[in-house]
Amino acid sequence: MIMPSYTIPKALCDVPTHYCPGCTHGIIHKLIAEVIDEMGIEGETIGICPVGCSVMAYDYFACDMMEAAHGRAPAVATGIKRGNPDKFVFTYQGDGDLAAIGTAETVHAATRGENITVIFVNNATYGMTGGQMAPTTLPGQITQTTPYGRNTDIEGFPVKICEILSQIDGVALAQRVTVIDPNTIKTAKAAIRKGFEYQKNKQGFSLIEVLSTCPTNWGLSPVESLNWVKEKMIPYYPLGVFKEGAIR
Amino acid sequence: MSNQSSPKKHLMKGNEAIAEAAIRSGCKCFFGYPITPQTEISAYMAKRMPKVGGVYLQAESEIAAINMVYGCAGSGVRCMTSSSSPGIALKAEGISYIAGSDLPCVIINVQRGGPGLGGIQPSQSDYWFMTRALGHGDFHALVFAPASVQEMVDTVCDAFDLADKYRMPAVILADGLLGQMMEPVHFPEDYDFNKNTEKPWAANGHGNKRKHNIINSLFLQPDVLEDENFKRFKRYEIVKKNETKAEIDIEEDTELLVVAYGSVARIAKAAVDMARKNGIKAGLFRPITLWPYPEKELQKAAEKVKKVLVVEMSMGQMVEDVRISLKSRIPIEFHGRTGGIVPTPAEVFEKLKEMDGDDNA
Repeated sequence: MIMPSYTIPKALCDVPTHYCPGCTHGIIHKLIAEVIDEMGIEGETIGICPVGCSVMAYDYFACDMMEAAHGRAPAVATGIKRGNPDKFVFTYQGDGDLAAIGTAETVHAATRGENITVIFVNNATYGMTGGQMAPTTLPGQITQTTPYGRNTDIEGFPVKICEILSQIDGVALAQRVTVIDPNTIKTAKAAIRKGFEYQKNKQGFSLIEVLSTCPTNWGLSPVESLNWVKEKMIPYYPLGVFKEGAIR
Repeated sequence: MSNQSSPKKHLMKGNEAIAEAAIRSGCKCFFGYPITPQTEISAYMAKRMPKVGGVYLQAESEIAAINMVYGCAGSGVRCMTSSSSPGIALKAEGISYIAGSDLPCVIINVQRGGPGLGGIQPSQSDYWFMTRALGHGDFHALVFAPASVQEMVDTVCDAFDLADKYRMPAVILADGLLGQMMEPVHFPEDYDFNKNTEKPWAANGHGNKRKHNIINSLFLQPDVLEDENFKRFKRYEIVKKNETKAEIDIEEDTELLVVAYGSVARIAKAAVDMARKNGIKAGLFRPITLWPYPEKELQKAAEKVKKVLVVEMSMGQMVEDVRISLKSRIPIEFHGRTGGIVPTPAEVFEKLKEMDGDDNA
């Protein structure tokens, strides 16, 4: 029997990343790069990095890249896409970036049905700045700025982006996935591929929310973190397709 | 608009002329957000852009609009946004990123009164904001101050070319008066969108032909960031040397020099003419570029004069550049109106009479 060999996708640069051990950013990067390779679109793709842990992703993807201000990636993507409608444009954003400071940009890119693909990495915390409360921090979750646990009477409730986007006519795909085992990774990759296909056919805005881990700021081991996604995050953020279908 | 170019003249509002000039300068994409008194720019773009194969897009906010410009400019496409004072304040973050990533674009500021929500009448109180602090960090934008509808057209065309040449944002600093006034204008030849200068740095897809391009203003290593800023400021020195512009209307015996820009320069010119008819030896210096400031031109114009009067629709902002340029060698007085009040030629003339009288007393 011939075992398949492990390969690095062409659309990923062969460089060390700055991500913490056990963080799932690496898996998500790889899935995007594999999709870009399989579709043969690296030369036609422009990626946009957020402010947050993936701020330096421009050094990791081999396609052309732009760095956006905090929360503004969907607006930056809109500018690129409107000027270059035949190119592929994706954003890669965290929860603070996309669901707090960038909520308006997210919602309005979706309402316009921009032909872009948004990869939304939700790890329920601000990782880069050291683990503060995110818009997606779970009720009761302890962070640097919710030291007694997120109290919904004071800090309010988590933002459920896929559920919000499911109400928006411009959305072709809003799907929540995770990357905690081979099966969920396969589903995540298929969702990302779908997002790029909708974009290819100019069929509207797609967002793939990926429930991700932050062992460093959660104070858990990588394996415990995977379990935490399964036991704590998925019950609050159910996986699945929230809206799907070409809008044009 | 017909496709006929000069010498055919069109009677147009300043705001509309800006929009048409941008299209003829090869501006392919316009991203806007409504605000008085510049909304005609958006309205004109919304009508014209689809007809010429360009893009008009109304953003959800000024912040989104400037970030669309950032993305579009980063992909190598000529693009523009426009707003008025409070809206430009919202764009400051994005403008800093544009400057920090060395991207060319054009930003129109049709000024209104401030601070805060201020008013909707003409003002020049964004002078410091445009020339000193258009966003966080060490950077500049080219700042043009047209004084007529025709000059709005001409400066827009220059702004696109110079923004590309020096890879930096360019601002057209107008005001509500210029934006709303109608004058005859002629336009340059239609521009071919595909004729834009080559931008090998653009992030528009490497086509498997080159290494990936990265548009970015993040440099975590202090020495690298310092080097980026040094390089940018070396470029600014070239801009300062080559791109200053001013209109000088003085005579051999001019004693009182009025310094004013934009619409106020038109009012000051009327006052200078009144003064001359009354035997007062007055002249006018009108900066057309506010950054870089035409310092040497002003020094030369002021060489033989006895006094300088700076007139602005502000509490006195450009007057500081006049003081810096002339090193306070001669008395510099200021006359300003603010809040949307436009000074009249008569009141500027009165001020000149007063200064002339002091001299002869």
